[in-house]
Amino acid sequence: MTSELIDFSLVSVALLGIGIYGLAVKRNFIRMLFAVEIIINAANLNLVAFGRFLPHSGGQTLALFSIAIAAAEVAVGLSLIIVAYRMYQNVDVADFRSLKG
Amino acid sequence: MADAVFLALSVITIGCAIAALEMRSLIYGSIALMGTLGGIAGFFFLLDAPFVALFQLAVYVGSIAVLILFTVMLVKRELIFKKIEDKRRKFAGIGLMLIVMVSLGAVFLDSGIKTITTDEPPVNFRDIGVDFVTYYWPALILMGLILAGSVTGAWY
Repeated sequence: MTSELIDFSLVSVALLGIGIYGLAVKRNFIRMLFAVEIIINAANLNLVAFGRFLPHSGGQTLALFSIAIAAAEVAVGLSLIIVAYRMYQNVDVADFRSLKG
Repeated sequence: MADAVFLALSVITIGCAIAALEMRSLIYGSIALMGTLGGIAGFFFLLDAPFVALFQLAVYVGSIAVLILFTVMLVKRELIFKKIEDKRRKFAGIGLMLIVMVSLGAVFLDSGIKTITTDEPPVNFRDIGVDFVTYYWPALILMGLILAGSVTGAWY
């Protein structure tokens, strides 16, 4: 493998930046979920890359945990989207105001 | 020095991530997200982690991305194409993204990460299994309970 750890880390940083942009800019609930998934995958890539170059099984193990927990988070997030869509007929987070004090 | 496969995967993954957020149609955005997740699996293969790569493909691409696609299909057709955006917010977001990328990238480049190389053999999937059963079994049980709870909660 000619790629180095820094290469994978920089790709991870790029994906993190794109995910943060999505969370900050997008008002569509589904697109915000896309951004969260991109951020989680950036972290997983970093975990596995460090696990390979500082040889340790913990990197891959934690990445597996992260993927499983992300599956649970997506299930809950999508159910929230469905419920919110039923209530507001919209997926714009600016319209979700029922908890506003 | 990155090789051609790595560069191609980087372009595909980052390009699909941008497309997932910027494409007008949510359905094409979901498919672009599948491309991003598949690209990450490709990186895992490059990092000699085939078990994690296939887990990523099975869970993320096979179930999560498909679940997102189903949810997008349940949303009204007009909302799939509706872009709700504020120009000033978009430029602020791009600025924030660049600040995060440049600052973190500078930290990584200035650190000692560039000098880390390895000739060690990759981690065997048996080692991962041994870790799960010996060190991480409480977390594994908790993760199963969390998954069961989240799916039950989502169903209700």
